[in-house]
Amino acid sequence: MADSGVSGGADKKDNIEREKIEGKELTKEEKQRLRKEKKQQKKGKEKKDASLPQVSVAETAAPASQLKAERRARQEAERTSKQSKKGDTGQPATTSKPKIPPNELQPVVKRLPEHIQVDDPDVLKKLAKKLERQQTTENSEIQKIPRRLDYGYKVSLFSHLLQYSRKAPLTQQLSIPSAVIHPAIVRLGLQYSQGIVAGSNARSIALLHAFKQVISDYTTPSNEELSRDLVNKLKPYISFLNQCRPLSASMGNAIKYIKKEISNIPSQFKEDDAKKKLLNCIECFIEEKIVLAAKAIAKSSIEKINDGDVILVYGCSSLVNHILCEAFEKGRKFRVIVVDSRPRLEGREALRRLVQKGISCTYVLISAVSYILPEVSKVFLGAHALLANGYVMSRVGTSQIALVAKAFNVPVLVCCETYKFCERVQTDSFVSNELDDPDDLIVTRKGETQLKDWQQVPRLGLLNLVYDVTPPDFVDLVITDLGMIPCTSVPVVLRVKNVDLL
Amino acid sequence: MPGPYRETDLTEKVEAFLSDLKRGGSGTGPLRGSAETARETTALLRRITAQVRWSSAGDLMEVIRKEGRRMSAAQPSETTVGNMIRRVLKIIREEYARSRGSSEEADQQESLHKLLTSGGLSEENFRQYFTALKANVIEAINELLTELEGTTDNIAMQALEHIHSNEVIMTIGRSRTVEAFLKDAARKRKFHVIVAECAPFCQGHEMATSLSKDGIETTVITDAAIFAVMSRVNKVIIGTQTVLANGGLRAVNGTHTLALAAKHHSTPLIVCAPINFLFISGEILSKVNVHCPVFDYVPPELITLFISNIGGHAPSYIYRLMSELYHPEDHEL
Repeated sequence: MADSGVSGGADKKDNIEREKIEGKELTKEEKQRLRKEKKQQKKGKEKKDASLPQVSVAETAAPASQLKAERRARQEAERTSKQSKKGDTGQPATTSKPKIPPNELQPVVKRLPEHIQVDDPDVLKKLAKKLERQQTTENSEIQKIPRRLDYGYKVSLFSHLLQYSRKAPLTQQLSIPSAVIHPAIVRLGLQYSQGIVAGSNARSIALLHAFKQVISDYTTPSNEELSRDLVNKLKPYISFLNQCRPLSASMGNAIKYIKKEISNIPSQFKEDDAKKKLLNCIECFIEEKIVLAAKAIAKSSIEKINDGDVILVYGCSSLVNHILCEAFEKGRKFRVIVVDSRPRLEGREALRRLVQKGISCTYVLISAVSYILPEVSKVFLGAHALLANGYVMSRVGTSQIALVAKAFNVPVLVCCETYKFCERVQTDSFVSNELDDPDDLIVTRKGETQLKDWQQVPRLGLLNLVYDVTPPDFVDLVITDLGMIPCTSVPVVLRVKNVDLL
Repeated sequence: MPGPYRETDLTEKVEAFLSDLKRGGSGTGPLRGSAETARETTALLRRITAQVRWSSAGDLMEVIRKEGRRMSAAQPSETTVGNMIRRVLKIIREEYARSRGSSEEADQQESLHKLLTSGGLSEENFRQYFTALKANVIEAINELLTELEGTTDNIAMQALEHIHSNEVIMTIGRSRTVEAFLKDAARKRKFHVIVAECAPFCQGHEMATSLSKDGIETTVITDAAIFAVMSRVNKVIIGTQTVLANGGLRAVNGTHTLALAAKHHSTPLIVCAPINFLFISGEILSKVNVHCPVFDYVPPELITLFISNIGGHAPSYIYRLMSELYHPEDHEL
């Protein structure tokens, strides 16, 4: 082989080349080999709800002509070791799938998440059992993952969702020290449920840091494989966090990524090396998907901000704040109007950050938005997730602002990193949402607290929604780290992402 | 001496009313509904008519105009005061005309053309003295008062025509008219009400407690969730501060957003307002110029129906009602 010396950089080259020659015809030998693998894999594999064929092309690829032999040898070795243990993890074996176009015409068997089926008693029973099962029998103490209970009267339209009270955190039901759950995770869960860590980027980063902690403290038990056991170890943690506060789309994607990385650890790796590799992967994820993405988005957005602009922002989005601060540093002259809403009043935090930078700001409540909108030249909104049908899921009130902006013909730009894109579809804010503590709505005005005893009043309900969905016709542009796309191009990005290994 | 004594008593009453108005606007005094203000204004005007010495209709109108200007100045956003004054002025003109014996036809502006081109009765200076005028005017003002007292009930009586069972109705803030409307319907029908709390004063909370105590299934939502929840709402019923001559509204802030959301989902928007809320405006009223605007302007295209004590109307009909209630000369007090 002429370039055998370049084998070190082969992997990277692989990735690039693979993208270029995607769909190129596999060589004859490759095809035969793949067919053989497929037959063998079909016996041992469970076809779970893996609706996305994780066509992880790490090991198989249409290899570059020069390094065929080397790679083939390496892959054979890895494959044989994997086959022996990959019986029931349900992970679609990466080698068995030839390059079928992802998601096309495949029947999707999706499991509905439990947090939107609260009104179904069977589902609740199953959830309770699942939490029981995810206990570990370490130290001969069988501890369950506690289940958080509903609080207060729920509005009938939302009886399928969970409603928690902040005064009853899940951790009260845990004994100290908890043998089942790592303390970093317990702390994280508490931070989520009390609202100390809020905002999708912050939550994801906190989650990944906690997982780094878990991984560094992890030791493989004697007769287990790290790649399988660690994934099982993480499952109860994830259920616990889910009980503290339902997982966001960004967190879901991060977890998927970690799980995939863990199960791709080759079995020869020593434990220390494996852990180092995983920690590295997590660092890379945070660096690429969050930090660098923010930089890329800021760069694109600055082109859209002109001197003399009046920009409207809603609530506190870390990404939008970053963009505005960058633009200000680059010398653009603009002023900002921060719109805020009860009960979270997150706009105050955004206001603080912007004013510290020296940007001139105005502050209004959301009911005044139709009053100030005639002065506004652009609206910048952050997103919690972008759904596959082009709807933007974001903090409640965002759709309202987009609606009023549309009525006044003001352009609406949504800024969102690609790791927040998710395959769910949703058309209204009812089917899947989060209900926050209803007591937050109670307020004292002029010395009177009207809703103090709302629980006693029989037919009174308080609704504290957290998210809502904005239809794509209200949004003019979505700025992502892949560039500026219209809302309707989200499924295209998702498809490309899936092929490309998230 | 009964004369001066009565006059000082009267001035006291007027001063008290003015200070109430001023305080009511700043939010420190007793919060009064617009209907109540209208009633008190009319009562005060009746008193003025009865007690102040006047010899001809022109004098009386001058006195009332003067007091009226003071009252309007005390609280410019409370337009019902000005409205009542204009109503009373129109009553005086009518009574005067009737006493003189001229036909009503000539005085009434029947057609739109006449509305636009008439120079008004500038020749008429209301100098003639009629003995029975005082009594007639007071009687007419009494009628007006009865009408005012009955407005809320009249509106509430129409409730059953507009609400069917198992509806989801949305409203914003607190309006006594809408409250009475919904409570009346709740006696016979079962439906669900969603109240937007309308920060920062959060008057929606009071509305919700009051409605739920009457057995209506109520939910309180934040202003931010209006659009999110709108897709499940069948009707939006709101009260208003003022109805403008073009059919638009001046209502509590957040109403414009509510109206836009309703339009997007093609949900009918119904405004319950007694007829005395009609207000004359030369050009489109812009919003109050503060950062926490108290009122919103809602254009007439977003409104489906007005329900008043004299029945239901489309927004395009409001200008006609205006001409029946007020005389064009009194547009400027």
